[in-house]
Amino acid sequence: MSEKEYRLASAARNGLLYMRGVPDIALGDRVVVRDHSGRRRNGQVIRTSNELVLIQVLEGTDNLDLENTWVRFLDQPFEIALSPDILGRVFNGIGQPRDERPPLFSKLKRNVNGAPVNPAARAYPREFIQTGLSAVDGLNSLVRGQKLPIFSGSGLPHNRLAAQIVRQARLPGEESQFAVVFAAMGVSYSDARFFRETFADSGVLRNVTMFLNLANEPAIERLILPRAALTAAEYLAFDLDLHVLVVMTDMTHYAEALREVATAKGDVPARKGYPGYLYSDLAEIYERAGRIRGKPGSITMMPVVSMPSDDITHPIPDLTGYITEGQLVLSRTLNNLGIYPPLDIPPSLSRLMKDGIGKDHTREDHARVAGQIYASYARALEVRNLASIIGAEDLSETDRNFLDFADAFERRFVGQREDEERNIVETLNLAWELLSLLPPEALTRVGAADLDKYHRWHGTQAEQQ
Amino acid sequence: MGPRMAKVVEVNGPLVTIELADVRTGEQVRIGRLELMGEVIARHGEHALVQMYEPTESLRPGEPVEALGHPLSVELGPGLLGGIFDGVQRPLLEHAKQHGDFIPRGVHIPPLDRGKLWCFEPNPEFRIGMQIEDGAVLGTVQETPTIAHRILVPPGMGGELVELVSACDITVEAAVARVKQADGVIAELSLFHRWPVRSPRPYRSRDDAVAPLLTGQRILDTFFPLVKGGRAAVPGPFGAGKTIVQQQIARWADADIVIYVGCGERGNELVDILESFPKLTDPNTGRSLMERTLLVANTSNMPVVAREASIYVGVTLAEYYRDQGYDVVMVADSTSRWAEALREVAGRLGQMPVEEGYPAYLASRLAAFYERAGRVQTLAGGNGSITLIGAVSPPGGDFSEPVTSHTKEIVQTFWALSKELADARHYPAVDWVESFSGYVASCSGWWAEHVDPRWAEQRAAALEILAQAEELARIVNLVGPEALSPQQRWALQGVALFREGVLQQSALDPVDSYCSPQKQFALLDQMLSIYEHGLRLLEFGVPVQELLRLPLLAEAQRLKGSYSNDQLDELRSFAARVDGEFERLHSEYAQHAKAEP
Ligand SMILES: Nc1ncnc2c1ncn2[C@@H]1O[C@H](COP(=O)(O)OP(=O)(O)OP(=O)(O)O)[C@@H](O)[C@H]1O
Ligand SMILES: [Mg+2]
Repeated sequence: MSEKEYRLASAARNGLLYMRGVPDIALGDRVVVRDHSGRRRNGQVIRTSNELVLIQVLEGTDNLDLENTWVRFLDQPFEIALSPDILGRVFNGIGQPRDERPPLFSKLKRNVNGAPVNPAARAYPREFIQTGLSAVDGLNSLVRGQKLPIFSGSGLPHNRLAAQIVRQARLPGEESQFAVVFAAMGVSYSDARFFRETFADSGVLRNVTMFLNLANEPAIERLILPRAALTAAEYLAFDLDLHVLVVMTDMTHYAEALREVATAKGDVPARKGYPGYLYSDLAEIYERAGRIRGKPGSITMMPVVSMPSDDITHPIPDLTGYITEGQLVLSRTLNNLGIYPPLDIPPSLSRLMKDGIGKDHTREDHARVAGQIYASYARALEVRNLASIIGAEDLSETDRNFLDFADAFERRFVGQREDEERNIVETLNLAWELLSLLPPEALTRVGAADLDKYHRWHGTQAEQQ
Repeated sequence: MGPRMAKVVEVNGPLVTIELADVRTGEQVRIGRLELMGEVIARHGEHALVQMYEPTESLRPGEPVEALGHPLSVELGPGLLGGIFDGVQRPLLEHAKQHGDFIPRGVHIPPLDRGKLWCFEPNPEFRIGMQIEDGAVLGTVQETPTIAHRILVPPGMGGELVELVSACDITVEAAVARVKQADGVIAELSLFHRWPVRSPRPYRSRDDAVAPLLTGQRILDTFFPLVKGGRAAVPGPFGAGKTIVQQQIARWADADIVIYVGCGERGNELVDILESFPKLTDPNTGRSLMERTLLVANTSNMPVVAREASIYVGVTLAEYYRDQGYDVVMVADSTSRWAEALREVAGRLGQMPVEEGYPAYLASRLAAFYERAGRVQTLAGGNGSITLIGAVSPPGGDFSEPVTSHTKEIVQTFWALSKELADARHYPAVDWVESFSGYVASCSGWWAEHVDPRWAEQRAAALEILAQAEELARIVNLVGPEALSPQQRWALQGVALFREGVLQQSALDPVDSYCSPQKQFALLDQMLSIYEHGLRLLEFGVPVQELLRLPLLAEAQRLKGSYSNDQLDELRSFAARVDGEFERLHSEYAQHAKAEP
């Protein structure tokens, strides 16, 4: 290891340090920057030639001069030490302990960037995870190894929802056995505490590895943090054979840090100032979820993405949606009505649901009943819209049934208590109970046999009399 | 030009500057101690700029570089089908076997298995001393039980046949023929050859014959058809169903060979195919689907530059099977990721961006790619075709963005996916107003001959009813459903019949996933017949409420999943019941009318 320190910085701005005339430096290597006060900062080489080396300084370049800044090239990439003892520990963005306990000693160190999984080595995820939330299990089921983000907005209860899922997630009929990797980027102190207490209260803290970067801490460190966290998750899942649930919050802060650095480097922006490579960069993170053939462990990922101005077409949620295997979208309207969890059903989707449900996993009618609820709720929302224009009195009887359905669906199916766990059979039965508010002719996504078995239509008012 | 050595000057993400004169743009290089693969994209004096197919982390200035003397090429020969290759044709299954679950860098495994043995059957018409042309069929190798792999004289290698052997248990490298070239040199031909991916392979001429590409998807085949050799695009926001449309085509299309290019998309989508296709059977041959399928995969977490190459690798493989006389379908998911890879490199080269960061040559590159589709007379004298179907992933679902709008100008069939339909779980979420097909007229002959002479007429009638829907919905939203005339209310019901009974088709429904042309027409005809019956009764004075109450309406909407492609008789007897039911209503009202004149 070359321990030589250089004092050749030629420029420092926007988190970047320019070094002239340091030869043979490898791309991606770690550096330690010592400033005039002796304070150390971490950096990474992002461009290198014998004339010029460009260093991204994770703690930023504020308060640096050129004359008294010393740079040491560590001749190694960003790595984290791994051992089973990472469970129960708290680290900062680059994997150094921040829980006042001694650093981890282990021979096993891995590059935080990992390597792409060979697609031919993957195994398709198909094991249904019961979260106890009807809107998730019934309509947007999560499976082991899936990446399913929560799209949220400021003030919406995404943290509570994520925490409830962490508490309740299990395979039906089994005790929870998820190890949790919690990656927090730019979150407030109180949010970080909320998660810590949730994990402590539900007794899982021993099984949680946390990577924390708070809102007031260096933004550029957020670029390394999710990679460090996922390196830990890969170790837990594929070396220790654990089922790992990775909660990452908030990916929007991550992407903003990326934009900051990209702008400083002068990269050509694509949309809203975000660099063109935001898609690939996010994919490097999200694609680390999954399963591998012949390995018992798995990485299930639940990133939280807050949508700037509640705009789902903003590049961060948009590109996330293009990479992940569906999304759970939160609705401000339902939240204002006091419905928890305020899941906005139409734009929510789970792409891996199709292979995780049905006869062998949940129940034979699951796919059809979910499709029917979606179709009926879409129609009900149209009717509600119509009712707001022409008044509910002028609606046809069937349309009034749809109005009742929409209300009942939102309050009773989507809405539930924060400590309420419904099993999948309860969820599906509840779905049928609500579909029974609608006449059988309106239900063309389910089969005649399903209707016979589960549908309890009481007839139109005229028929009832 | 042979291999030459040089060294690394600068490393900037996926771009590396090397010091080496005399290198050509497009030439392949191996960089650094790890021997990472890259391609020269520009020259500046003594320096050359290289775009890297592999991550450049840990690379340093001064590391050695080797220029290989040839452009990015693929190996063409038996053993491709059933395989999965990365964006520069590295065999991923073999990779996993030798190097584990994650992709290491600097590993070079030949695409075609050098250990695998084949049986070569020479072309019986060839005699020693004959003049054989470029692209002629030297002989065949049975690649899979249904695909006879024709070993072609590589373009540019024709000449006088000096030797042609019949041989079994030979590897792809074994020589099977010797040909004396115009310059007198005798060339050995083996079971495979290489071809540079950015050069389209030659053919004799374009061929105008048309046949529809049947996919078993009603909204595609019946409403917005595609032909063999055609060009189509599937744009849509995330989650609208682009990948499923392409997978359905890969499953069910009546093509000989399917090349599925996963370009910057999810790893799990490729595994889905790898796990499910071997168990599915081709409805046309009854054989495992995997035997006709070939995957090219550069998933979103794999290096961006190889993503740009993957499209060309895919289409060159497609041309190779076309040249053997096959109908090939290539789906590319997603061309937007390919365009973004172009943008990425252009940006780092400091090229002037014109729209949303894309370089000015985006449109011409796209057009040149789609130009490689088509039906041709091959050099060997047969017919072959390439149908290209590209997914487009517009940011924010906005179709006016550059990739979607340029693609729309190039393709003939445009399957626009709508977020509203997908949100209501109406799949395939193909928007019947935004979508178009330039092949309707040319397909109607096939349908008239093979299915029903009324196809074009019935299709147009259904589209007309669907087109009214928008207008009627607008009226309803202004003044409520009561303001509609009975005919208009019945038209709304007609729309529901077509939407649910014909257009909606779940890929996951075991009965309905593939719909034969005959069943497609039977369903279309059935819904139209109900609609027309109803119109007549309305004229006759039957109240519309009476019609809307008919239980057969819901039944008609479930027909698609109730009866399989083999149960057309059941569909016919349902039709007879419908006729009877309306007849009954008609006579009931006739009596009614007589009783109280
Ligand atoms: N024809 C279909 N039948 C049944 N379900 C479908 C169909 N098309 C789409 N879906 C459902 O919609 C989900 C999303 O579809 P798909 O993955 O094809 O979207 P996409 O447009 O490719 O999205 P992205 O751009 O993010 O890749 C699927 O996982 C499936 O659940
Ligand atoms: Mg897709």
